[in-house]
Amino acid sequence: MKARVFITLKPGVLDPQGKAIHHALEGLGFGGVNDVRAGKLIELDLADGTSDGDIEEMCRKLLANTVIENFRIERTQDA
Amino acid sequence: MKSAVIVFPGSNCDRDIAVALELVTGRKPAMVWHRESELPDGTDFIALPGGFSYGDYLRSGAMAARSPIMAAVRDAAARGVPVIGICNGFQVLTETGLLPGALMRNAGLSFVCRPVRLTVENSQSLFTAAYDSGEEVVFPVAHHDGNYQADEATLDRLEGEGRVAFRYRESVNGSARDIAGILNDAGNVLGLMPHPERVVEAAHGGIDGRRLFEGLLETVA
Repeated sequence: MKARVFITLKPGVLDPQGKAIHHALEGLGFGGVNDVRAGKLIELDLADGTSDGDIEEMCRKLLANTVIENFRIERTQDA
Repeated sequence: MKSAVIVFPGSNCDRDIAVALELVTGRKPAMVWHRESELPDGTDFIALPGGFSYGDYLRSGAMAARSPIMAAVRDAAARGVPVIGICNGFQVLTETGLLPGALMRNAGLSFVCRPVRLTVENSQSLFTAAYDSGEEVVFPVAHHDGNYQADEATLDRLEGEGRVAFRYRESVNGSARDIAGILNDAGNVLGLMPHPERVVEAAHGGIDGRRLFEGLLETVA
């Protein structure tokens, strides 16, 4: 069983990396970009039966810093 | 003073702080590996050193904050034992929740490595008793993730309660309100990005950091 955890900066938290990416895109001539926010994707390979609550606890205890980050969990099928 | 320096894999200022502590206190600190679960008996000062614990993987300080020794550090802090976190140590303290806010990538995205001018904002703390309020000091910085951020209410509370210990006098990393170092609400935990332990003898090019440890020695011993 697999899950993906998407970690994003909370709205309003300054994102210097996103800004740099934005500038670089503009430098390449991509004009239509309004904003860029950079985050993380963490893929977990989990024992069957791992509950949503367990994954959420992993996010709160380690994977995300909830002072500045939000997380979203997506369960995926094995390929 | 019986001090302990916590050593994480990737710490690289553990020796610097140990040398500074021995110089000022006359006693070698215990070097405590992060896998330990207890501090040496009678530890009355704890230092979390600078460096790049766990290669800054996931977030700076995130892994170190969850290592076994940090439970003992948290307990000691709750009992009032003074704890200093310098640079990566500051990041570990915010990740542990002993200090509010977070240290994010520098606003300019560059690694900043140079001496910077700071104001001692509060000279009433355990750590700053040997300084004057408003005094200018110069400590070196060396970090990539020193951009201190917290929500407005937290920043207002820090300011209102005199918990901003050090503030940059120049633009360094984009920190909210130019905050360089903060105290916890009880005043016994200090986190700061600049390195006082790197300016404790004349050969370092400055001795402004020395008084931090001298002041501590006087209050703790």
